[in-house]
Amino acid sequence: MTRKIRILLAKPGLDGHDRGVKVVARALRDAGMEVIYTGLHKSSEQIVEAALQEDVDVIGLSSLSGAHMALFPRIMELLEKNKMIDDTLVIAGGIIPDIDIPELKKIGITGLFGPGTDTDEIADYINSNLKRPL
Amino acid sequence: MTSELNKKKEHSVDARSLEKDQMKQKRKEWEIEYKKLIEKHPERLQKFMTTSSTTINRIYDKTDLPSDWNYFSDLGYPGGFPFTRGVQPTMYRGRLWTMRQFAGFGGAEETNERFKFLLKSGMTGLSVAFHLPTIYGRESDHLMSLGEVGKLGVAIDTLKDMEILFNGIPLDKVTTSMTINAPAGILLAMYIAVAEKQGIRPDQIGGTIQNDILKEFIAQKSYIFPPKPSMRIITDIIKYCSEFVPRWNTISISGYHIREAGSTAVQELAFTLVDGLEYVKWAINAGMDIDDFAPRLSFFFNSHNDFFEEVAKYRAARRIWARHIQQYNPKNQRSLWLRFHTQTAGCSLTAQQPNNNIVRTTIQALAAILGGTQSLHTNSLDEALALPSEEAVEIALRTQQIIAHESGVTNTIDPLAGSYFIESLTNDMEEKTEEYFEKIEKLGGVIPAIEKGFFQQEIANAAYQYQKEIEQKQRLIIGVNEYNKNEKIEVPLLSIGEDIAERQIARLHQTKQERNKKTVEAALEKIRLAASGTDNLMPHFLEAVKAYASVGEICDVLREVFGEWKGDQLF
Repeated sequence: MTRKIRILLAKPGLDGHDRGVKVVARALRDAGMEVIYTGLHKSSEQIVEAALQEDVDVIGLSSLSGAHMALFPRIMELLEKNKMIDDTLVIAGGIIPDIDIPELKKIGITGLFGPGTDTDEIADYINSNLKRPL
Repeated sequence: MTSELNKKKEHSVDARSLEKDQMKQKRKEWEIEYKKLIEKHPERLQKFMTTSSTTINRIYDKTDLPSDWNYFSDLGYPGGFPFTRGVQPTMYRGRLWTMRQFAGFGGAEETNERFKFLLKSGMTGLSVAFHLPTIYGRESDHLMSLGEVGKLGVAIDTLKDMEILFNGIPLDKVTTSMTINAPAGILLAMYIAVAEKQGIRPDQIGGTIQNDILKEFIAQKSYIFPPKPSMRIITDIIKYCSEFVPRWNTISISGYHIREAGSTAVQELAFTLVDGLEYVKWAINAGMDIDDFAPRLSFFFNSHNDFFEEVAKYRAARRIWARHIQQYNPKNQRSLWLRFHTQTAGCSLTAQQPNNNIVRTTIQALAAILGGTQSLHTNSLDEALALPSEEAVEIALRTQQIIAHESGVTNTIDPLAGSYFIESLTNDMEEKTEEYFEKIEKLGGVIPAIEKGFFQQEIANAAYQYQKEIEQKQRLIIGVNEYNKNEKIEVPLLSIGEDIAERQIARLHQTKQERNKKTVEAALEKIRLAASGTDNLMPHFLEAVKAYASVGEICDVLREVFGEWKGDQLF
């Protein structure tokens, strides 16, 4: 039997919108994953540290305040620095303007999920895009 | 004579219960026929339910009302106890609700321009949104403010920004609602200081600060300090305003954010009212008389898609509040009034086929108006994805004006009263709210319930259920899980560039250079002393902001004294 997928769901910065992240957390848990939620108001450093401690396969970032372009690249940099980038899948959700998508894909955040996404879609994406074997 | 009257009364009671028995019988017969019918032709849905997943009956009649239901004690006339039909006797025949559109983005200059545009379009009250660093008491150049400056609201660091924000707007001619919580006292102090510079006294200004920290712990999550010191700050503000700023609404007790976080209508109602009653308890315990502050408490509700459920919620809210406040024996009738602002539900708007949002907002606005709201914000059609464009804001405001002047619904007061369905829903809301009150009491009250994560978990459960119902198509959202078309959803760029942040940070630095450092330090020290002791904080906030101390600096001092709230990780 393979182990469960471990995912860290995180809220970077001051954004307090946590309805979406909590619904996703519960849905992924129901889909059989081990979910760790950071709670609100985390710095990029705190998020990467938590991911390292928890030894997760996936990091999910939630941002609805428009600060993603300041925060996401910083998180990717820190993952690179900690040599986690090659085996950690990073996905993101919330309000991400179209114009920012190419840049986010370029830095390695390929799974982006906006308002109205089915939670099954997120689980499927994770299942087929993991970067390290279970 | 009296005995004859009594006899007559008894007779009519008998007649009424006889009529009710007959109705029960007839209803039963009708239900039997109905069931036969649906064996052949099943109903359209397995379960008919509201937006809050409450089951709705096939039909409502007298038998759905409790046997002791009474027009005079349960409804009364508008302006009379228990205020189910409205707080004022004249309602919209006297004066329409205030059309108040929330605005704030970029720097103080941009928001000041938007305010002037809105006032010219016929809006009658201002409403300020602040950017996240102000909301969390951080300066614009703080590490945690990265990427947030001027994004979700206007950037205010010091009094300098506030002077620009209200430049050319006479503060004795408008009322202003400020959506600010943990640092509310500081922003109110800034508003008072700007007014003074315009030659206007504190007793001439009017407006509202949200200042509802309990719902921050429960739903919106923009808290700074732990619950108890947060409640102390609020009590200080209430006391100060009752003396010096009598036209100010000191708390806008808010269900809006509770609903946006995913609660049901009943949870919105119950949690908001229990918060309100908690503020009342604290003020009474601080030695105030109910009439000194209760008339200045106001409420803020959401209006979601389910028309009748929403109308019932507002009517129940007034009745529950009046019944609970009555226990404090107020002499001023206004203490019993639940006055409220409504905003249509942001969370109901869809990114898909955004023009449909105009229709959703219209239905929601109508519910708020038929529920007797005192002021209303209608969302713009593009708000699911971005800050609203000027054109979208105008349509939203016109929606209110069309309902007010063309629809005819404002001609009579509380037109839905007496509908069996509405009255039954109203009763149901009250009953379920009282059940929640008991549950919270058993947990030890509001603050222990927050500490145990009770509210947070209830809301998360409801939000999850709602999402599942959508995904399983038990609930249809037009354009999202039904009648969708292959469209490309374009998420526009937030038009707030980094130049706003640069300008803001430069202004903060310049203001800090120009101010008298010693005066600022002394004022901050006084705040530290007052916070550690029992002195009212408000006069000290006022002194500090006049010396151009920043919101961030003042909050840092309070953080040192009070500590910080860590929040929850529940889901």
